[in-house]
Amino acid sequence: MKRFPWVLLIAVLVLMGWVGKVNAQQPTPSDDEVNAIASQLFCPVCENTPLDVCPTQACAQWRDEIRLRLAQGWNEDQIKDYFAKSYGIRVLAEPPRQGLNWLVYIVPPVAFIAGAFILFRAFRSWRALSKQSDGQEDLNINQNESDPYLERLEKELKERG
Amino acid sequence: MLADLGFGLMVLTFVTAIFSAVAAVVGVKKKDPRWIESSRRGMILQLPLVSLVVLVLLYLLVNNHYEVKYVYSVTSLSMPLYLKLTALWGGQAGSLLFWAWLLSIFTTSVMLRNWERDKEFLPWVVVVTSLTMVFFLSLNIFFENPFIRWWSTIGGETAAMFKPVGAVLINPGDGTGLNPLLRHPGMIIHPPMLYLGFVAFIIPFAFAVAALITGRTDDRWIRITRRWTLWAWLFLSIGLVLGARWAYDVLGWGGYWGWDPVEIAAFMPWLTGTAFLHSVMIQEKRGMLKQWNMLLIILTYDLVIFGTFLTRSGVLSSVHAFAQSAIGPMFFSFIGLTFIVSVGLLMHRWNELKSENPMTSVLSREALFLLNNLLFMGILIVCFWGVIFPLISELATGQKVTVGPPFYERATAPLFASLMVLMALAPLAAWGHSTIKTLGKAIWKPALLAVVIPVVVLFAGIRNFAALIGFFLVALVIFVTIYEIWRGSMARHKKHKEGLLTSLMKLVARNRRRYGGYIIHISMVLMAIGILGIEIFQTQTQGTIPQGSSLTLDNYTVTFDSVAQFDTAGGRNVTRAVLSVYEDGKFVGQVFPRRDYYYESQQPMTIPGLRSNLKDDLYVILVDWQPISAVGATFKIYKNPLVNWLWIGAIVFIAGMFIAAWPDNKPIKQEIRRSRMVQVPGTVK
Repeated sequence: MKRFPWVLLIAVLVLMGWVGKVNAQQPTPSDDEVNAIASQLFCPVCENTPLDVCPTQACAQWRDEIRLRLAQGWNEDQIKDYFAKSYGIRVLAEPPRQGLNWLVYIVPPVAFIAGAFILFRAFRSWRALSKQSDGQEDLNINQNESDPYLERLEKELKERG
Repeated sequence: MLADLGFGLMVLTFVTAIFSAVAAVVGVKKKDPRWIESSRRGMILQLPLVSLVVLVLLYLLVNNHYEVKYVYSVTSLSMPLYLKLTALWGGQAGSLLFWAWLLSIFTTSVMLRNWERDKEFLPWVVVVTSLTMVFFLSLNIFFENPFIRWWSTIGGETAAMFKPVGAVLINPGDGTGLNPLLRHPGMIIHPPMLYLGFVAFIIPFAFAVAALITGRTDDRWIRITRRWTLWAWLFLSIGLVLGARWAYDVLGWGGYWGWDPVEIAAFMPWLTGTAFLHSVMIQEKRGMLKQWNMLLIILTYDLVIFGTFLTRSGVLSSVHAFAQSAIGPMFFSFIGLTFIVSVGLLMHRWNELKSENPMTSVLSREALFLLNNLLFMGILIVCFWGVIFPLISELATGQKVTVGPPFYERATAPLFASLMVLMALAPLAAWGHSTIKTLGKAIWKPALLAVVIPVVVLFAGIRNFAALIGFFLVALVIFVTIYEIWRGSMARHKKHKEGLLTSLMKLVARNRRRYGGYIIHISMVLMAIGILGIEIFQTQTQGTIPQGSSLTLDNYTVTFDSVAQFDTAGGRNVTRAVLSVYEDGKFVGQVFPRRDYYYESQQPMTIPGLRSNLKDDLYVILVDWQPISAVGATFKIYKNPLVNWLWIGAIVFIAGMFIAAWPDNKPIKQEIRRSRMVQVPGTVK
């Protein structure tokens, strides 16, 4: 019975040490760690405002939520998923690659390649036309060899457009 | 009563614009030049009319007529005179009226030119410009009237143009004042610059439509509007840079461009405008790319209206809010109608606009300009799609999405890099025909010099691949351009035996467009240096520290010296911190980040403390959503390497534009005298 207080004291000291160690293993995440994730998210309410620079009280609370999750050992992807599920995918800096959102990523390169292809085809037909007309010009030159004045006239007319 | 006068004059201008459009068409149909002359005079009359409207509104703004809703919403008693004047474009109604006023200045200038050679263009230029004026004035008259007043009725307060039954006019005594964010010098001048650029592009578009309708598909319309295009592009570019500087100075997030849809809305007409500016040279010199030029100016016009629409209609907050708003559907309909009609005209003349010369060499200068068009269109598609996709998603799925900077940066970076390659190649490519061999021969020396730069950067410890490529391309463009200028100067120097500097000046004077263009290219890559620096190498830190403590970022240490709070005469409460900056342990100066709180609008604003040099900016913000006192204040610090090259590039750009836009030296007139008749002996006199 006399030992009981000592046992209790030792147990409390051991418990305090363990809690302290747990807390020491999970220091409060710094502003930089919070901002590193917040800068990749957008305010769910304000228009096109990244979460790390949004000055509203709501955004301050959301940044505190990021801090809490980091303290709980969550990683960046888990926190971003959590925000997307809680507040909608508009909080993400880009639409997730699923469903209709694929169009965001596909349309611009496809349009660019289509444009480049059209130009390539046009260029090839110009070259073919040019080769034909070079041949025709050679023929004409042979036929007009005796008329240098006509040649000069045609050249000047061509230059004037 | 003044508000009634202003509104009445606005309606009169609106009617005059309708008359001009109708008279021009009647003149064409009846082949009666008197109707066309009448339409021209109607256009000229709009300037004094709309100027009076603007003067009335300015009078109301300056003289505290808060019974007028617009005056109430953008001014207050405590605002200084210059801010009350600039509040003309501080709100939606005023800025639409300002747009119309700028349009009337430009159209009057066009109407006063000599039309002797271009009579067939006149009526159609009148139609296009007057219909644009009708559109903007209709927005003011029917939806965003700057002259509506506050009335007290039995049901409560209301705003209306004309007195409701039994109502009494209210004067609130003071206004809410201009949004504090708009009181920055950059923001005062940014809207006028942007609008000058937007509106000036209306003129080449009007001439393009006139060319399509009349069948004058030669380059006459381009030659007439060449200076308009240059000035439009200058103002639009300056407007964009000022907007970026404003964002950097007052938005407090350490950057200058956030790929915000409103920013992109102003950027898109700049993209097509830049492509147009280059592409028209090919039509002038080689009679090619005519279809492209028509398409580009049509797109520029509609993107100008679209840009104004995006920033004013509320469509970006919600597509449903847009549908319910008054102004959104009007803009949408006008853009749709003008685009369909313009493209219809283009299709009608498609075959007449075929190139006069075939393009046979993929490395010829004309081919590289064509590639230039393709790249600018590529960037445009990325921007346009990124802006409208969230609206499409909301309409189709009900779900809002954000298309943010990672999408735009990833998609546009290779396209911008390709444009820089073109800036290096095109000056060296020959008209008609170039080969890899000829280009290689021209470029190898500057390219060898340019390779030195990324090697130096690599040795300095930078391993970022995008940065190395970027700096190489910057150096390549600069060296190629300087090489070209040097070659031209040397050739002239050898031929004319004049000093090298004289040769350079005369070379530039003889072809200002080319050499001004080269300087503009250099300015663009100087800006690219700033962009590469801040986008790739920006670092930041944030922390809450008590007075006397420090924060460290890379080689900088910032110590919190003191903080003070005081009220100013302008109705602000200012919290101002003083911090000492140490670079590599050495004291380099102090910065003074501030938080200003505006009592009347109950709005805070953060102004960063900035220490700038060519190497980097140290940008310190007093984070105002945390408590601020000597016990503890939160600071966010950004280090922005090389960012000042962005602003330096902008200044070089302006210089280049002035050179490019200045008329070339006139040809020297030589008097030819008739020689005396010399009698040859033996001939008849």
